[in-house]
Amino acid sequence: MSDLKTGGQIIWESLMKEGVEVVFGLPGGAILPAYDDLMKYEYPVHHVLVTHEQGASHMADGYARATGRVGVCIATSGPGATNLTTGLGTAYMDSVPMVAITGQVPNSLLGRDGFQEADVQGISIPVTKHNYLITDIKDLASAIKEAFYIARTGRPGPVLVDIAKDVLQATTEYEYPETVYLPGYKPNLNAPDPASVTRAAKLLNEAKKPLIVSGQGVSIAKAEKELRELAEKANIPVATSLLGIGTFPATHPLAIAWGGMHGEAYTNYAMQDCDVMFAVGARLDDRLTGAFDLFAPNAKIIHVDIDPSEMGKNITIDTPVIGDALLTLRELLPQVETTEHPAWLAQIREWKEETTDRDILTQETDELVAPYVIQQMWHATNEGDAVIVSDVGQHQMWEAQYFYHTKPRSLLTSGGAGTMGYALPAAIGAQMGRPDEEIWVVAGDGGFQMTMVELSTVMQERLPIKIAIINNGFLGMVRQWQDVFYNKRHSGTPLYNPDFVKLAEAYGIPAISVTKKEDAYAAIKKAQEHDGPFLIDFQVEEFTNVYPMVAPGKSNVDMIRRPMPAGLEDEA
Amino acid sequence: MSDQSIKRHTMIAWMEDKPGVLNRVASLFRRRNYNIESLAVGHSETPGISRMTFVAKGTDRDMRQIQTQLDKLINVIDIQDVTYEPVVMRELALIKVKASNGSRAEVMQLVDIYRARVIDVDLDTLIVQIVGPEDRVASFIKLLSNFGIEEMTRTGRIAMVRGPKSEKQIEVEEAVSSS
Repeated sequence: MSDLKTGGQIIWESLMKEGVEVVFGLPGGAILPAYDDLMKYEYPVHHVLVTHEQGASHMADGYARATGRVGVCIATSGPGATNLTTGLGTAYMDSVPMVAITGQVPNSLLGRDGFQEADVQGISIPVTKHNYLITDIKDLASAIKEAFYIARTGRPGPVLVDIAKDVLQATTEYEYPETVYLPGYKPNLNAPDPASVTRAAKLLNEAKKPLIVSGQGVSIAKAEKELRELAEKANIPVATSLLGIGTFPATHPLAIAWGGMHGEAYTNYAMQDCDVMFAVGARLDDRLTGAFDLFAPNAKIIHVDIDPSEMGKNITIDTPVIGDALLTLRELLPQVETTEHPAWLAQIREWKEETTDRDILTQETDELVAPYVIQQMWHATNEGDAVIVSDVGQHQMWEAQYFYHTKPRSLLTSGGAGTMGYALPAAIGAQMGRPDEEIWVVAGDGGFQMTMVELSTVMQERLPIKIAIINNGFLGMVRQWQDVFYNKRHSGTPLYNPDFVKLAEAYGIPAISVTKKEDAYAAIKKAQEHDGPFLIDFQVEEFTNVYPMVAPGKSNVDMIRRPMPAGLEDEA
Repeated sequence: MSDQSIKRHTMIAWMEDKPGVLNRVASLFRRRNYNIESLAVGHSETPGISRMTFVAKGTDRDMRQIQTQLDKLINVIDIQDVTYEPVVMRELALIKVKASNGSRAEVMQLVDIYRARVIDVDLDTLIVQIVGPEDRVASFIKLLSNFGIEEMTRTGRIAMVRGPKSEKQIEVEEAVSSS
């Protein structure tokens, strides 16, 4: 019977039906039948062999964030699957559509602590939107269909399908289902309740000091144009969350950067002082809001989110609007009146000027400081015509402060989970999804070393990724907390680093190190001109910290500010 | 609009009857740090759908969080807070109580008063069954404890809204049949 398919074939044919072009994975015993079946196809899905499964999960994540499509990773049972969990958790926190496929021990060994057995379904429950354990081949095709549907609809997220090895080897008649049966799944695909939109419009029309907080939901819904129309029609300043960077051009006159723990001071003042806040596709997490009870104390808050459980989770909301950002903005736009808010915008401008006085780049220094490197990258990329994949830490905050993102999906970073080691593998995924884009990794020396084994994947796939290590010899952000909260006791934060240039060269990647300010721009240009991957080890001034800083549990106006530069104190 | 006081809420959830669903529910309660007092789950009238009653303590806002988070689980079809609905609530308890020659008559008398039943008799013990609202079950147990309780098991609260088929029930049936 030639139309019988193995479980392994069902995986690949289903992925092809879903339009999957690339998967990131690493084989092992329990998933081997599927890897063997991959060779039966003349034009199969392209499989990227990774060095460590955590890398596979971040690559699928980076691919998904860069393209908006579902990223796919694959691993074997036991440690293979548990290595994916950091990446699943990262994607879950940041609502990234992903499907993870894992092999499981055969049915005959399930529950007997078989070799490389782990309760992957149980382990992944809290870090996935949904998951499956497939013990019968007749359930396989529908599970894959459902996994993709669940991953990309509503609030996106990762879905895991764990498949017993004997299911991969069994055969059945295969038909990819056209529809899904999910009686309990409510992705909120329809427009929001019109009454809630009308209430929101009324609040915005009456506002004297309105403010938009735009989050990643705007990018997921592809609502950037409508957001801009709203801002311009009613002259409302737009702040973003960290993941909302790119949803509104940072160089737009109404853009007021991003707020929160390391947001610009003027942005935080504006968030705290506004009288109506329109938060769209942002989940208002603690890093954005500061102390929940003290957040935007005078504001009526309109919260637009596709996920009803975000309403009132952290912040008391006046007007919840449950729905997709695009559908909501479309309903809202005609109801919002054309207005100007000259006094409010002037106030924000005044705050902004004061911020500029304290800017690290206005403080004269001959030293190579990280923000300067970021600024030079922005200039060298034709003012932001590149995708930056940043890791987690001080460099991530500086990147977000000094690289003015004007395009959607041009900053990929682990926001909610704060996963160090994210950047390099995520950049590999991003470059696979957008091969013609200039992609930069911006990583600290600590985070980079967590996943630098994927340099071999960069070379294996011949990806022209440019890597900037912001090397200050410390776990910098942790060191900063020690500086501020632990009386400068640097416990466990100084790093013993390898020679990153030699390391890159060992992989066949050309690299240089930069120690002087005047060499930074030329080094970036050199990396861009090289046809292939390139690594720059920026050995930056060690003790520079990120300002402003809101201590955890404090109000956003309670910021630790950068000291005024010499000569300006008198005016302050 | 929202009541800030902390009180007991009774919730009903309809879920797909599949392996691991209870694990997902329990995992959610645990990781979100919800304060769950009792939980009872079993078949509903619809094949493939199980029905869970649980009691949670918190403010109205806490309950909305529990409700919306639970509703996000793919296998949870619907959920209803019936705290403010006209509702019947029952619990069943089995109690193995010491009942020797001297005390047996007195225990039997209490069983009678509480409309409980003796369902097993041994030389020195009785197993009694009581069905009723939790406060009645609790006061019965308190009285029996004077004689010495050897073993006890309670089902936790189950609940049903009075009157004709509820709107929620109709929503659940539509979701199950149309999806």
